[in-house]
Amino acid sequence: MLNITCPFCGSRSESEFAFGGPVGGDRIDPNNSSDAEWVEYLTVLPNPLGPVQEKWWHVRGCGEWLTIWRDTHTHKILEAPHVPT
Amino acid sequence: MSQPNRFSNGGIIDRSLPISFYFNGKQYQGYKGDTLASALIANGVSVTARSFKYHRPRGIVGLGIEEPASMVELEGDFASGNNPITIVPIQDGLRANSINCWPSVNFDFGAVTQLFAKLMPAGFYYKTFKWPNWHLFEPSIRRAAGLAGAPERPPAQCRFEARHAHTDILIVGAGAAGLMAALTAGRTGARVFLVDEGLNPGGSLLNRALEIDGAPATDWVSKVVTELDAMDNFTYLKNATAWAYREHNMIIVNERSPKDDGVLERSWRIRAGQVICATGAIERALVFANNDRPGVMMASAIQGYVNRYAVRPGKRAVMFTNNNSSYAAAADMVKAGIEIVAIVDSRASVPAEAMALVKGLNVLEGFVVTTVKGYKRVKSVTVEPRHGGASSSISCDLLGQSGGWNPTVHLFSQSRGTLKYNEDIASFEPDTPVEATLSIGAAAGLMTLQDALDTGFKAGIDTANKSGFSGVTGEVPDSRDLAYKIEPLWRVENTSSKGKAFLDIQNDVSVDDVHLALREGYTNIEHVKRYTTAGMGIDQGKVGNINIIGTVALQTGGNPQDIGITTFRSPYTPVSFGAIGGLREDTVAFPYRHTPITQWNRDRGAVIYEAGARWQRPGYFPCKGETFQDAVNREALSVRNGVGVYDGSPLGTFELKGRDVGKFLDFIYTNIMSNLKPGNGRYGLMLSDDGLILDDGVTFRVDENRWLVSTSTGNADSINQHMEKLLQTEYPNWEVKITSVTSQWNNATICGPKARQLLGRLGTNIDISPEAFKFMSFRDGRVAGMRARVVRVSFTGELSFEINVAPRDLLELWLKIMDAGKPLGIEPVGSEANHVLRVEKGFLSLGHEVDGTIDAHDLGMGWAMSKKKPDYLGKRSVALRRAGGGVRKELVGLLPINPNTAIPEGAPLTPDGRKEATEGLTTACVWSVTNNCWVALALLKNGHARHGQTVHVRLRDEIIPAKVTAPIHYDPTGEKMRS
Repeated sequence: MLNITCPFCGSRSESEFAFGGPVGGDRIDPNNSSDAEWVEYLTVLPNPLGPVQEKWWHVRGCGEWLTIWRDTHTHKILEAPHVPT
Repeated sequence: MSQPNRFSNGGIIDRSLPISFYFNGKQYQGYKGDTLASALIANGVSVTARSFKYHRPRGIVGLGIEEPASMVELEGDFASGNNPITIVPIQDGLRANSINCWPSVNFDFGAVTQLFAKLMPAGFYYKTFKWPNWHLFEPSIRRAAGLAGAPERPPAQCRFEARHAHTDILIVGAGAAGLMAALTAGRTGARVFLVDEGLNPGGSLLNRALEIDGAPATDWVSKVVTELDAMDNFTYLKNATAWAYREHNMIIVNERSPKDDGVLERSWRIRAGQVICATGAIERALVFANNDRPGVMMASAIQGYVNRYAVRPGKRAVMFTNNNSSYAAAADMVKAGIEIVAIVDSRASVPAEAMALVKGLNVLEGFVVTTVKGYKRVKSVTVEPRHGGASSSISCDLLGQSGGWNPTVHLFSQSRGTLKYNEDIASFEPDTPVEATLSIGAAAGLMTLQDALDTGFKAGIDTANKSGFSGVTGEVPDSRDLAYKIEPLWRVENTSSKGKAFLDIQNDVSVDDVHLALREGYTNIEHVKRYTTAGMGIDQGKVGNINIIGTVALQTGGNPQDIGITTFRSPYTPVSFGAIGGLREDTVAFPYRHTPITQWNRDRGAVIYEAGARWQRPGYFPCKGETFQDAVNREALSVRNGVGVYDGSPLGTFELKGRDVGKFLDFIYTNIMSNLKPGNGRYGLMLSDDGLILDDGVTFRVDENRWLVSTSTGNADSINQHMEKLLQTEYPNWEVKITSVTSQWNNATICGPKARQLLGRLGTNIDISPEAFKFMSFRDGRVAGMRARVVRVSFTGELSFEINVAPRDLLELWLKIMDAGKPLGIEPVGSEANHVLRVEKGFLSLGHEVDGTIDAHDLGMGWAMSKKKPDYLGKRSVALRRAGGGVRKELVGLLPINPNTAIPEGAPLTPDGRKEATEGLTTACVWSVTNNCWVALALLKNGHARHGQTVHVRLRDEIIPAKVTAPIHYDPTGEKMRS
């Protein structure tokens, strides 16, 4: 039950949020990539033991999406949250 | 004589309040303050349980939550199963029964399994009872081994509740260490929560005759609690177990007897700045043949029964130990009048301070107990020197055993703190924390009372300072306690005795089973656990697990630090589901959604279904005497021949505004939306980027920068999330704002050849002639005197007007429709009839035709997949999935050869109806009112090429032949809905 700091609402319990997956690369050009590259873009996501950047949606709050850096071993949240501009 | 084993005085029980209770149907007496275990011991009851696998007789082993042997089920309003006998407090009317035995615990038919014990070692079910089919044996095996059943009803009178709290400091455990920490921190003004699983504060001080500042320790406990209770910044939850330690210092607590009336249990989720684990230690057993006989008890449990409950678990005792703590227990037993015939200590030389407590007693240094004699009660023990020698028998009716003390590290470990093996205490203790937590007292491996007080005081200061509070007052009181010294004895290795030596009493796992697991290659401690099931019972191996690690160490030559310990998981002790849920069940957790027409539907006698996302939708409106099919046929016919009305309010609708909406819709839909003219709409498909169908719906353009996107009812929330996620995380520079207007617009949809006529009768300022108001467009204006937006969209295949009004106007509109429609034969239409109408037209339903592998081409909707757009979500992936070639399932219609035969939805199709791999699946089948026969839709391999062929549905008792047709059974050109 993480404690996540929403940049708009402050420190809130994980139950107010929905997890949105790790931050992967930008969407590659589907018309300019091989089948293997396309499948890898769709299916291979960062999954480190250690810090990972991930998306969370404050669905039961302000409705904004934010990203945090979380350590997957200790669950420490490593930086202030980041809102994509 | 009542309570023959009750001492005439002493104990922390209230002798002025006698209580009657029933155990296995027989009535007994006890006192308020007794547990079921202490009261039964007072009454001389010995056999209280039968073991899980072998149905061996078992008695009471422990004092509290660590009890491995005896579970009971409780009858009555608060019925529940699998309660350890040692933690059920007795009260008037209590009816408790042993489990897993028949006809009685004293005479159990299940005991016959002991004859076959050699055939049923650990993991026998992986190797035996397989041929010809293990399902033949499974029911009997499951019946033979099992625990209590689940209660049939929730408690009638009380409820469960849940609360959240924040605190500076949370202290788990109200023993000496926890109380000292609470007092010290509380005095600084920091917010302190103290949580303790016991009914009374004091922890193990209640069970032992120790002194603090020269007076009984329990006096000190009372003084401290009195001072704490007077503090505003202090909260104390008693009979409350902290059972889970979650991330960022969230602790979940189950409070079992909150003071408030009507609340049975209260669950707390507490977020703490600092957590102090003052959870003490749990005594572990020793491992020797027949160490499970009734009358073999933990030494500290005997001490507790004697001191706290004033009962005598036996008259003539032997103590078997490897550490100092049992000597204090022995001294208390002697003081109470129990004869101790011998103390068997596996250590070659017992420390002087321990010997000093048992002057005059027979202490056998360097000896072990090799076996216990007696079946339903200990009769004697056999002892011999640890390193070999002559054995002798000592008759006794009670054997107190102690293998040492394990710090209770469960919560600390759940918080992902690491553990290390400490040879001085021959057990695992906390090493490096990860969360803001620390362990004190025995929980940290520091076993004396003075250790507890010292570390409690220091922890109170530390945590108060970290919370921003200072000004500590008071000092550490003085105490006297025996030094803790131990030499590990993982198991008695003398081979002179036969008989099972149990490592896990609850799951009947013996040393032989662990050796078997190691021989078979399961050498990792996690595999040993799972292969043998040792440590997997309700007690989670609290008195046995460390011995398993030691046994593995002895057998493999490893050491406990390297072998490691299995992962600790919540809950620490069992928690009722009711407490976890609190009030969050049924409609509190997940409210039903209604429209303004819900009550009208009920008054009309509709059978209400739950449609996607908890909407209460009418399934059908049966008239008196009508069957289900009658009602559905009547409603469907009214739409095909006259006019029907249904409430389309639950459909998800979103307003999208901004310069880039067209670009965004072109990206998320398969077809082009950006070229829509204001006032017009288009049906589209939404795919995920890996090519699967997410949703379908109709999108209308309102003006240059404003659009209305509709989704299916069940997907409104997920499509909202899909769109928001794309816009906020991937394309934040696109100017698109989404507003959910599902609840802002409600609609009544009138459909059928007479719909235009009905709209005219309602009165409107909109030009509704077919030339002026075309299919797939909308008009704003007034209908029946109300402001409305009328949309020409059809889900039934008939001429259809979706009349959108503000929710406050919907009921009035509906009533006017029913009134104006009466001469036209109007009927309200439920979801069942709607289903019939859409199946006749072959319209897509996501729950039916879309199964996660089907794409638009398979559905015959290739026209929706734009070839002009170079890119949209899912385009590349659909092509990639099809590129491999291979047979695809394609949407077809089916007409059963016998027109009166229905095909069950979901029925498989196989080649010629043979018992083979399927070639398709029926997605829907309805009685077609327009064709007067059953019609179906199906997904069939190569379906597009097989129109006209006969295929076969294969059911368990029947083969149904059917003709393959195009997936449409009514108005193939769509002229009705375009009229």
